[in-house]
Parts: sequence; structure tokens; C-alpha cells
Amino acid sequence: MKQVSVTLSTYTADVSGVCSALYELGGMVVIHDPSGCNSTYNTHDEPRWYDMDSLVFISGLSQMDAIMGNDDKFINDIVRAAKELKPCFIALVRTPIPLMTGTDFEGIARVIEKQTQIPVFYFPTSGMQSYVSGAGMALETVARELVLPTNANGHFKENGIEIENVSNELSVAYTKKKNQQKLNQSEQKQIENTESKQSNSKIKINILGATPLDFSVNSTLDSIKEFLSKHFEIISTFAMGSSIEDIQKAGEADVNLVISSVGFPAAKVLEERFSTPYVIGTPVKGFAGIIAEKLIDAAWTGKSQAAYFSVTSSGKSISRATNGIYIIGESVISQSLKAAMALKQGIDATVICPLETEPEYIGENVLLFSSEEEIKAAIAEAKTVIADPIYKTICADETNFIALPHEAFSGRIYRKEIPNLMEWVTI
Amino acid sequence: MLKMLHGKAKDEQWNNQIKEKLSPSLQEEIPFQDAAWPLPFVPGLEYNSPAHGTWNIVHMGMLLPGSHQIYVCGANCNRGVILTAAEMNAGDRFSFVEIKEEDLFNGQMEDLVIEGVSDILHKLPKKPSVVLLFTVCVHHFMGCDLAYIYDTLRSRFPEQCFVDCYMDPIMQKEGLTPDQKLRNALYKPLPMREKNLKQINIIGNDFPTREETELKTIAKAAGYTVKDITECEGYEEYLSMSESFLNIACYPLAKYGAEQLSKRLGMKFLYLPFSFHYDEINAQLKSLVKEMPGAVMPDTSLLRKRCERILQETKELVGDTKITIDATVVPRLLGLTRLLISHGFSVERIFTDAFSAEEKEDYLWLKENAPNLKVCATIHPNMRVYPRNPQEKILAIGQKAAYFSGTEHFVNMVEGGGLHGYDGICELCQKIQQAYQTKKDTKDLVVRKGLGCESCI
Repeated sequence: MKQVSVTLSTYTADVSGVCSALYELGGMVVIHDPSGCNSTYNTHDEPRWYDMDSLVFISGLSQMDAIMGNDDKFINDIVRAAKELKPCFIALVRTPIPLMTGTDFEGIARVIEKQTQIPVFYFPTSGMQSYVSGAGMALETVARELVLPTNANGHFKENGIEIENVSNELSVAYTKKKNQQKLNQSEQKQIENTESKQSNSKIKINILGATPLDFSVNSTLDSIKEFLSKHFEIISTFAMGSSIEDIQKAGEADVNLVISSVGFPAAKVLEERFSTPYVIGTPVKGFAGIIAEKLIDAAWTGKSQAAYFSVTSSGKSISRATNGIYIIGESVISQSLKAAMALKQGIDATVICPLETEPEYIGENVLLFSSEEEIKAAIAEAKTVIADPIYKTICADETNFIALPHEAFSGRIYRKEIPNLMEWVTI
Repeated sequence: MLKMLHGKAKDEQWNNQIKEKLSPSLQEEIPFQDAAWPLPFVPGLEYNSPAHGTWNIVHMGMLLPGSHQIYVCGANCNRGVILTAAEMNAGDRFSFVEIKEEDLFNGQMEDLVIEGVSDILHKLPKKPSVVLLFTVCVHHFMGCDLAYIYDTLRSRFPEQCFVDCYMDPIMQKEGLTPDQKLRNALYKPLPMREKNLKQINIIGNDFPTREETELKTIAKAAGYTVKDITECEGYEEYLSMSESFLNIACYPLAKYGAEQLSKRLGMKFLYLPFSFHYDEINAQLKSLVKEMPGAVMPDTSLLRKRCERILQETKELVGDTKITIDATVVPRLLGLTRLLISHGFSVERIFTDAFSAEEKEDYLWLKENAPNLKVCATIHPNMRVYPRNPQEKILAIGQKAAYFSGTEHFVNMVEGGGLHGYDGICELCQKIQQAYQTKKDTKDLVVRKGLGCESCI
């Protein structure tokens, strides 16, 4: 039965995904929930909770308020806390009971926004999707609402269109809604890109999709940034280690790098708003160089692409004899590891992705299985499995198991053993 | 009956008087003299601190030998409980059925639960003696036919004992908490058996009661066996708790379950919470001796003198060091605070979001005698940015007190820690002394779930 798990864990859900993506941006996230969501999030999904203060709360929804539709309490509690704590924005996050009762979050958001004069965003999570969905929609909103139109010589532009009445406030993001004129976006971007290359030495990039759920709080992200900064100017990282001011400037990038599935929706928005192309792939050991090449290529051509596709179709000889190797995990990181293995050892591993993904960045030999039953059957005769240690419980005894702990699966249990992906050698 | 009614009316009158005088505060910290009864703070958004040593329903469920926990809920709810089990290295006693969005609206929830649980039981290498089946808020809201589910499962698996358990926090503000319900459910598998008049139970604790407590020494000296789920070696020993003639609840959240068990199996019942009042302890011991023929009342004046001596020693050691205490360390927070203040300790601040109904007398005493004692919330949103870098040495009693006070000197204990009676007061003093003299790694310790359980992080 697909919805049954006898021994495996479950991935971080969408609610925590929203919280994780917005954690460092100075907002106030309110989960409309009776109890438990905040504890689950801060215990198992949020390694920054002890040392870095961030405003993530639950509403403490009661049975009576849910049944009677007492939204006033929810609104008043948020308004009171917002006036006290003065967040940059407010995020409302849905859970199963408000989903069932049909709480009007959009109306509530408007009321709160009016009373606080603070931007309010609503995330229609259910607590039943994975963090990829939740963090993805959060970063998508960041890209849509918080990134300012680009500033060139005092003129704010979005897709080359000048925007009027812009002040350097968060609310500036809203003014873009008034500027819906169409233009040949890619053409305009290409011109801007060319001008940019001619006048500057380094290509500007954003890194999209960085959360501790995929990259923990070890040295991986620092190593990725260190590598990329040798070749590129990093404008911002969505959303670890960048200030809200950095994020606001993301529209200035020539190209975006999507390092996990979580960053994909934001890349689409930035492409839509600024015609910025994107490259999908995680700079892991043995594959980072390809990513750098693809970033340069995309910056010049304006064409988006998944970097790992070029490896599988590059004509390199891949030994089918070494098959039987499986990587289980998030789509982009796993496919990047697969590409690194193909490049270095000519091994064609199979990726099993138990999380939401998009056809646009799924390559060959990727299985979209999410249940314990399916995954167990798929790896029954595997020679080698690379996955979070909890997956070992469903592997055959003779399978060579290589642990790659994933915070979004096993939480903090193996945190100390999560490797730096820029240094990690799979097999 | 008249007395009960008048008593209740008197309580309500008293509560109304207090409410008229004081209103809950909007701020996160207030002097005790301004603290309203029983809720000093206006409810609002809730913050959750990183101190997680208190036990949750997963930890408690694992106390039942031979049990297997199955949760039926969405991924977000599932994750907290799954990883609780994994962190305590008990993942092999835990499974789940995941609810998807469509399951909320397709009218097939009963089938999902029945088939999901059946599938898990078929796949387990060995079928458990007891299945603790947890349903959640959404089952309650959709009017799921739980009776049908349990009837079907019991007929399919007659060898297994299915216990209805609940993870439904949406109900906890108007009724029993999931914690209270589980402390009741854990004893449902106990059958009716002939009573052993030399055996008693301690019900609903998470920690074994110290052997040195008067409660245990009196019972054992008189030849009684004391059974406790925390000390049962296996399922058979657990079942033998059915033979006890007396149930004792020491933890307030266990009282309901112990009462239900006593009614169901015709056992006597005593509620003997961990008190910090000598007179109340004496009364508890008297009631215990009265229920156990052959038991002898100890010389409480000697026990009291010992307590006083250790309290004095502790005060001399810690001097005027500022002390903070939180409500997770002992159920009777105000009683402990009163005891320490009345013995000259410099208790500066207590961390709690509500006062226990059992502590009205201590509340009034503190109002009069410690008006400037600070009462600080733990879930108030402002506590997220509460300053946690003291400029002086703070001695904390409890994990949350340690976290919020930013100190490495703290008593690492939750839920009373198995302490009781005079011995409990003395032992707590020893822990305070130790905390004063040695530092602990607060960040490493308080974030671990379920203090006392194995922790794999």
C-alpha cells in the first residue's frame, strides 16, 4: 500500500518548507495550527533555531475557533504581535484543519495588511506535500514580491520597462503589478546581457534554492559560494546568508543557478520578470566545472538549461555494466551527483526521487517513486545505494550502502555526518 | 453535595474577584503582584523554545512493553512523531499511514485506516502484542467512524490488542490534552484479574520513582510490591499491574488515567503529587499508610529536619545567586518557588504560561510575600527575542529557565524527575548544589527530546 510506511521516515512537509525558506528574511511566519507544527519544525527541520532568532509562530487554533470560524482572534493576535515585533512582512501558512474548514486566508491577509501596513503573503500549504512544494512557493513569492525592479542610472526597470514612483521600500515590489506591458523579453535581456559583459568583468548570478533542509548548516554552501565567486559575482542566495537588501537586488543578475528543486519556481519568476536565464544543477565535486561553463553559456545566450543534461548526452562512454547503483534523494542534487559519477567514473546511476519534481529538469534514468513499497522493490537487487541512512532499513543485506544524510529526511539525527558536497566523493 | 456546590460557588466567587482586580498581561513579563489567576498572559500567537526535554506521546507510548505505535496523519504531523521515535532509537516500533489531501474529502478515511494498519501488521516481522493506533485532529473534524475502524481491526487481528490513542491537540483547550489521554490509554490493555493485596501501582509517570522516597520505602518495608510501567521488563509484567489493589498517581497529568483505571478494575486510588509543603506531604503519607495494612508511618519530624538542614546547606552554598525556575521542572512550580523564597533563596524569575489549579494557596502567598518576583511567559511571541545573555551568574532550575536565562548552571530535570516527598526535596537540593558548582552544555542538552530516553542526535 503506497501510503504506508513500516520503517521509513517522511520528508519535511510544505509547512516547514515555507518557514525554512523565509527564515533569514526578517519576516514573521504564522502557521495556523493548534499545536505541534512549530515544535516539529524547530526540532527536526530547523538547525538555526537555537542561535538565530526568527519570528516563526503558531496561532494555537482551538476546536471552538475552528468550528465557529473565529478568524478575529487569528487576525488580532497577528496584528498585535506584528505591531510589537515589526517584521518586514507577514507570511500566513495553512495546515490541514484550516484547509478542511475553508479558512479565507486571502481575505484575512488583506485585513491584516490594512491594519498593519505590512505586506502579507499567504501560502496555501496543506501539511501533506513535501518541503519542495512549500519552500518552492515561498521562494517564488520572494522572487515575485520582494525583488525590486532593477536600478540603472536611477531608473527602475523590469524587463526593460521603466517603472514609475519607485521608492527603496519593500512595497516597491507591488508597483510592478501596474506595469504589465509586454515586450520582447528575451531580446531585451540579450541586449542588456551584452552591454553588461562589455562593461563588467564578472557575470552576476543568484543562487536559488538554498535551505538547510537540503544543505544543512555545514560547509557545503560556503564551499559552493567560494567556488562560484572565483568566476562570478554573487548577488544573492535564496535564502541563506543573504540579507533582504541582497535579495532585493536579485533582478540585477545575468543568470540564476538553481541548486535544488526548491529554487526552480523562483527561477521561473525571475525569468518572467527580468528575462534572466537559469541553470539547474548543484556544484558537487566533479561536476562544479560543468556548472560554471553552463552559467557562462546561459548568460551569453539567454537560454535556460539543466547542466546535468549535457553530461548524459555528451557522448561520454557510460558503462552499463556498472549499473545497479541507485541514488535516492532530492531531484537536482541527486542528478548532479549522478552526473559527477558519470563524468568521473563513467557510471550510469539511477536516481530515485521521492519528492515533487518538474519534467523540465528530470533527465534519463530517474524514477519518481515516493512510497516505501515502490522504493523497496526498486532497490531490491541494487548493488549500491546512496541515500539517507534511514533508507538502509529497506536495503538488502548484501547491498553496499553509502550514507548521504539528508536533513529533510532524517532531521538532525545524522547532521554531524552530512558531508560537504563540494568535497564528497561518492564511490 | 451541598458542601461541593458551596465549595464550587466559593471558588468561582474567588476567581471572579481576582479577575476583577487583575487582567492578563499583553506583555511577556510582569511582577507577580500583577499576575492574574490562573492565566497571567493574554493568549496569542505561540512561540516554541528549543528546550525539548519534556516527554511527548511517542516517548510515553514506548513505555508500554511490546507495543507498536501507528500514526495516521499528514506528513507534517507525522514528521515530528516519526523522528521522535527515530531519535530515541525506537524506529522499529513505529509505523505510519500517510493522509493525502484527497483523503480528507473522498469519504474513504475508514478504509484507509483499516487497510493501512492491516498492511503494516502484515509486513512487520513479528506482530506486536499491543497496537497503539493514533488518530488525529482531521479524523475528529470529519466525523470518522472510529468504532467501526477498531471493530474491524479487532476482528481481523484477534491476537492483537488495539488501543485507541489520539494526537488531537486542537481539542486540548476545551478538554483533555493528548498527553492526559495517552496516560489513560496506556493502561487500557490491563485486564480484570484477582487482586493481590500486597501489590500496588504507580500510574502515569514517565520516570521511575526514586527507591529512597518515603512512598517506596514505606511500601517495601511493609512487604508490598510496587509496580510501575517505567520499570516493567516485558508485557507479562505489565499485565501483572492488573493484580494491584491500589493505584497511586503522582503526576497531575496522570490523575485522570489513574482514576479511570481504578474505576474500571475496581482498584483503590490515591493522588499524591510531588509537594513542597511539609504538612501536605505528611497528609499524603498518612493516607498511604491508611490504605496499606501493616505499613508504618515514618517519623516525619526527622525527615523535616533533614530537609531543613539540606535547604540551609544549599542556601549557604549558592548565597544570593539569582535563581530562575520553569514550569516543566516540577508540576508544583509555585510550591517550589515558595519553599525557596521562604528559605532565603534569591528567586528572581519564574517561567510559566499558566498557574496550576492546585496552587491557589501558593499563588496568594507569593502575591503577598514576593510581589516583585518576575513571572515570564514561555510561549509569548516576544520570548523569541528575549535577551539571553546575562551579565551575572544565574542558577536555573529547569531546561526552559536555563535557555531563557542563558546559563550553563542548571538543574537538568523535567516532570519532577521521579522525585517525591521529603526525599524529593532533599534530592532536588542536591541537584541545585551540583548545578551551582558545575557547568553543563545547555545547547547540547536542552534540545534533546524526552530527557532520560536514549538520544541518537
